[in-house]
Amino acid sequence: MLEQESIANHTHSKTTGLPRKRFYRARAHSNPLSDSHFPVPASPAQFDCALHYPQFFPPNKTNGSQKIEFADIGCGFGGLLISLSVLFPDKLMIGMELRDKVTEYVKERVLALRVSNPGQYENVSVVRTNSMKYIPNYFEKGQLTKMFFLFPDPHFKEKNHRRRVISPHLLDEYAYVLRVGGIIYTITDVEELGVWMNACLDGHPLFEAVSESELEADPVVELLSSATEEGQKVARNEGQTFRAVYRRIAASR
Amino acid sequence: MEDTHMEESEQKLESEVAPALIAIHPNQKFISVSIGSELRVFNLQVSEKRVTSLAISSDGKFLCFADKFGVVYVVDIGDHSCENQAPLSKKAVPILSHYCSIITRLEFSPDGQYIVTADRDFKIRVTVFPKEPLNGAHEIQSFCLGHTDFVSCLAFVHCQDSANQLLVSGSGDSTVRLWDYASGSLLDTCDVGAKAGLLDSIQGQDEILPAVTDLCATPDGSLIAVAIQSLPGILLLKCNLSSRTLSLSKVISVDGEPFIPTSIGASSSVPLLWMVMGASSISQPNNNKDSTALLARVRVLSGFDFNGSDSISHETRVLEDKEVPYSDPLLLELQGKLCIGEEAFSTAAQAVKMSMRNLLIKKHYSAERREVRKKGRNDKKNQTPLS
Ligand SMILES: C[S@@+](CC[C@H](N)C(=O)[O-])C[C@H]1O[C@@H](n2cnc3c(N)ncnc32)[C@H](O)[C@@H]1O
Repeated sequence: MLEQESIANHTHSKTTGLPRKRFYRARAHSNPLSDSHFPVPASPAQFDCALHYPQFFPPNKTNGSQKIEFADIGCGFGGLLISLSVLFPDKLMIGMELRDKVTEYVKERVLALRVSNPGQYENVSVVRTNSMKYIPNYFEKGQLTKMFFLFPDPHFKEKNHRRRVISPHLLDEYAYVLRVGGIIYTITDVEELGVWMNACLDGHPLFEAVSESELEADPVVELLSSATEEGQKVARNEGQTFRAVYRRIAASR
Repeated sequence: MEDTHMEESEQKLESEVAPALIAIHPNQKFISVSIGSELRVFNLQVSEKRVTSLAISSDGKFLCFADKFGVVYVVDIGDHSCENQAPLSKKAVPILSHYCSIITRLEFSPDGQYIVTADRDFKIRVTVFPKEPLNGAHEIQSFCLGHTDFVSCLAFVHCQDSANQLLVSGSGDSTVRLWDYASGSLLDTCDVGAKAGLLDSIQGQDEILPAVTDLCATPDGSLIAVAIQSLPGILLLKCNLSSRTLSLSKVISVDGEPFIPTSIGASSSVPLLWMVMGASSISQPNNNKDSTALLARVRVLSGFDFNGSDSISHETRVLEDKEVPYSDPLLLELQGKLCIGEEAFSTAAQAVKMSMRNLLIKKHYSAERREVRKKGRNDKKNQTPLS
């Protein structure tokens, strides 16, 4: 117990109780293609929601049925999730992050926020995983209503385009876990990647662009460029951003 | 996608060893055997790529195959009746992909509605096979998840009752599983490695479980042939279509030679089970395309049908070579030669073991080994700093 406390004191700020980012630094890029060394649920039924959202699954009440609806893919330090958590207190949401230490940071951040704001942030959690390989292990068909891809790694070289987290073939999987009407949000400060993501979504038969007027009415849209650490960095440097927001539509057969 | 090359360092680590594969046309018009980069086709020629799996759509119009990078391609093979029209000239188009996983098996559902793909990451994906497959197969119907090791093979259980859409799969976890593939629900699990008595001998060892290498169901779906790594012969499972369960029926051995089938298949109209044992040779470093060095032994099981009675007919036995349909010309074409030496069998058994191990091995790198692999990667050197 004592030992744990001293570690916690060391890596967390004394004044806010929040984890300090510098103790969770990691390599800037991870290769999503390399094989994984973290546990992956064999199927969505095997994913233990109660562990991630204890308040939503009280032990005395059997089979809580609420499911995760939002997924932030490559969530980084988790800024978006923290904002969404307050905006949608009744929805369960999860971040998926490949980097081990970054995932740890988000976990600590959420736990600290839960302690300092009782009753809040109970609907947000994070897992370390390779989203490009294991999305179907976490979510059932049509389970999600929102997916986020904010400032994903650009992988400039053509040889590495297949590492991009938005690609024609990966969109098939995102369409599978998104229910009809669900929305996929993407944003980047790299123009070339913006064009690519837009083209992939535009060319996919199961997605259609969300109209400008709908975007204006959607409170989530402004968070895309303001809520995440990467977004804030781009905003500080007054960089341009490129957004593509698409809706999952039914297959025409 | 255009770029499907793995890191070179990864490629080198992966030995070019793979079991031989066999695919049968619905009307037994074409039979193909693939060994390593070689694809031998009895009456049809297809591709030069390293293919990990292939299948012809149930209407015979499309050939789909997977390369070793997880991408599935479709080729329009149209109508074969005009013999001079080589289907080879048609371009292969990528239609779906298992992200950076090896696709171990690919099958069309009996009604032609779905294309089903299994991979090294324990996954089975069921995708709607569209009317215009050249535009891609984007609509995923389900994932069948539950295996705890690579999925090595798939077979559909044909049912009169179309609401009952059953699929069986075999895996490196030494089980055969029964699925409702439209919903992805797991119905039953049969521990065939244990049932064949293969687990006792290796108990306590850190030896890998004997993988299921192939499956084939009878046309009525009540009987399923199972090939298991290190089982000389074939295991037959009974599939109860009303209770939707699997149970052991019989283990059939092969007399005269240590024949461990690596791939099996049957046509829907003839009660024969075709079996091949073979593998690209382990020791062929000098790119020597000497086909005689590659073993492919073909055997045939007769009486591969089941009429609902509790006992399997006495006709269920492995045929002598002279009893095999088309006998010598067919065997010569598919095996490359008629007589196969004893040592070729052990070489093949060894090669199959190795290829099964290769499917597993990446999962079990030691931390040390991972560091070496990381250092060997060239992408790290020219990383663009993002912060
Ligand atoms: C540039 S950062 C953006 C982070 C965050 N979305 C933001 O806007 O601040 C991209 C993140 O995606 C993560 N990532 C890359 N590939 C991934 C994968 N296959 N699965 C999960 N996370 C991934 C990286 O580790 C990194 O943290």
